[in-house]
Amino acid sequence: MNDLTIRIEALRHTYESGVEAVAGVDLTIAPGERVAIVGQNGAGKTTLVRHLNGMVRPTEGTVHIGDWSTSDKSIAELSHRVGYVFQNPDEQIFARTVESDVAFGPKNLGFEPEQITESVTSALEAVGLAHEAQVHPHHLSLSERKRVAIAAVLAMRTPIVVLDEPTTGQDEGGVRLIASIIDDLTARGITVVAITHDMDFCVENFERVVVMARGTVRADGSTEQVFADQPALEAAAVEPPQLARLARVLGWSETAVDPSSFVDAFERRRRG
Amino acid sequence: MIELRDVAFAYEDAPAFTLAHLDLDVAAGTIMGIVGASGSGKTTLAKIIAGFIPSTEGGTYRGTASVAGAVLSEGTLTEAVDVVGLVTQNPFNQISGARFTVREELAFGLENRSVERSQMIERVNTVAATLGLTPLLDRSPYALSGGQMQLVAIASMVVMAPPVLVLDEPTSQLDPAGTRLVYDVLGRLSEGGTTIVIIEHKTELLHEHCDAIAVLAGGRIVSTGTPASVFADDRLSTWGVGQTRITQAAREARTRGLLPATEPLPVGVSDGAAVFGTNGETR
Repeated sequence: MNDLTIRIEALRHTYESGVEAVAGVDLTIAPGERVAIVGQNGAGKTTLVRHLNGMVRPTEGTVHIGDWSTSDKSIAELSHRVGYVFQNPDEQIFARTVESDVAFGPKNLGFEPEQITESVTSALEAVGLAHEAQVHPHHLSLSERKRVAIAAVLAMRTPIVVLDEPTTGQDEGGVRLIASIIDDLTARGITVVAITHDMDFCVENFERVVVMARGTVRADGSTEQVFADQPALEAAAVEPPQLARLARVLGWSETAVDPSSFVDAFERRRRG
Repeated sequence: MIELRDVAFAYEDAPAFTLAHLDLDVAAGTIMGIVGASGSGKTTLAKIIAGFIPSTEGGTYRGTASVAGAVLSEGTLTEAVDVVGLVTQNPFNQISGARFTVREELAFGLENRSVERSQMIERVNTVAATLGLTPLLDRSPYALSGGQMQLVAIASMVVMAPPVLVLDEPTSQLDPAGTRLVYDVLGRLSEGGTTIVIIEHKTELLHEHCDAIAVLAGGRIVSTGTPASVFADDRLSTWGVGQTRITQAAREARTRGLLPATEPLPVGVSDGAAVFGTNGETR
């Protein structure tokens, strides 16, 4: 387990355009926790998490990664603690081969040569792209480039990993692969913070959900609690997962978020 | 409206054909959803229907793809883009790069078609309003979020009002509200006679909005039919396509003897409510 608590206190961020994207957020994430952040486009999710690796700096308030205030550290320093996977892989990928792109982070973090080789190989294996190591990233599909971007961050072996919309463009197998990568990160004590619009992915892979709207946190709690909080979901225009919507139409009081627990609830009801 | 006959394509230097012996028919004014695993050839198929393959992509092309009666490979790309608008997967690559504001970006295609100015302004404003882009018209296309850029890419094709629209994962970066907006617009266009082909991973959405679904696996169409029949098909996961959680739950309930095997498997919330509602009453 890593020992870095993420502490966000009274955070505000206003862009030069005058748009206040984060409007007073307090959030603490314990080491090894996995947290999903959900909310509409423009709710401030990406701006909030970009504070974690210093790409965006607080206008007001503070962000701490363990004992470091992000206001005092460079992006390069923060990259020892926080790995960040961009929503659009093309903003992140730049090297001429998949392998050299994934090796860029570990090299810059000062890994020894054999450590670089080992971390790049295992990261590419984790995302199922070991066979594409020598390929130019632009010869890969968008969903594969997304997995290259994830590998590039895994290879850095940071104690905290931030994923901005990791399942975008992934097919069923790709989504399952990403879920297993997150399981593996958790098993190694790594903190995972992910932004997602995919509510099925969210309920099946995260114990804690933070709902954002208009730059603020509208709900924060266990997945079951949050998806039972209808007023907060409506205020944030977050659509509950499909089975939760069906349960509501059926007039059930319980929120069953995965197929098995839904069928269990159905069976209980049938028995009366 | 769209007819593909025995179409095959292999990219230059690729070891195998991406698509082979592919037949597809899309009726005029309908919405066809294309599903398939990553690498099954969906984007290549989109480029063929839009005439970008073979015109702009080297490789081996066989077969006939005709849209509105014209064989695309026999004409120029300029002729093809008058008939088919293609919204590509990554909106960042679709922005022209030649214009400073979203308004100019949306007018770009119309300018190239010498549309009269007042008409151009009206069309840009109307499309921007239907896709919620009016507040962004004076922003730089590059100062937008991924979701906003995706809406601009869709708007830039819709504004051209082509008889056929092909959209490659158009809502991948959109939230549910933005996604609904896009599908509402597509629904209205289809009612107005536009033929639409949409590549999408979101099974529930396709079930709600499409007239027909085609499943692509290993470069061939392996199944076509109504959304209800295709998405309840047992073979779906072997083709790398996800079933909705409601279908998964119904399947499990069937295995556990809680739902009759004769009942069709539901896909969405309304058919799910019908199946679980009727069979769930206490006996």
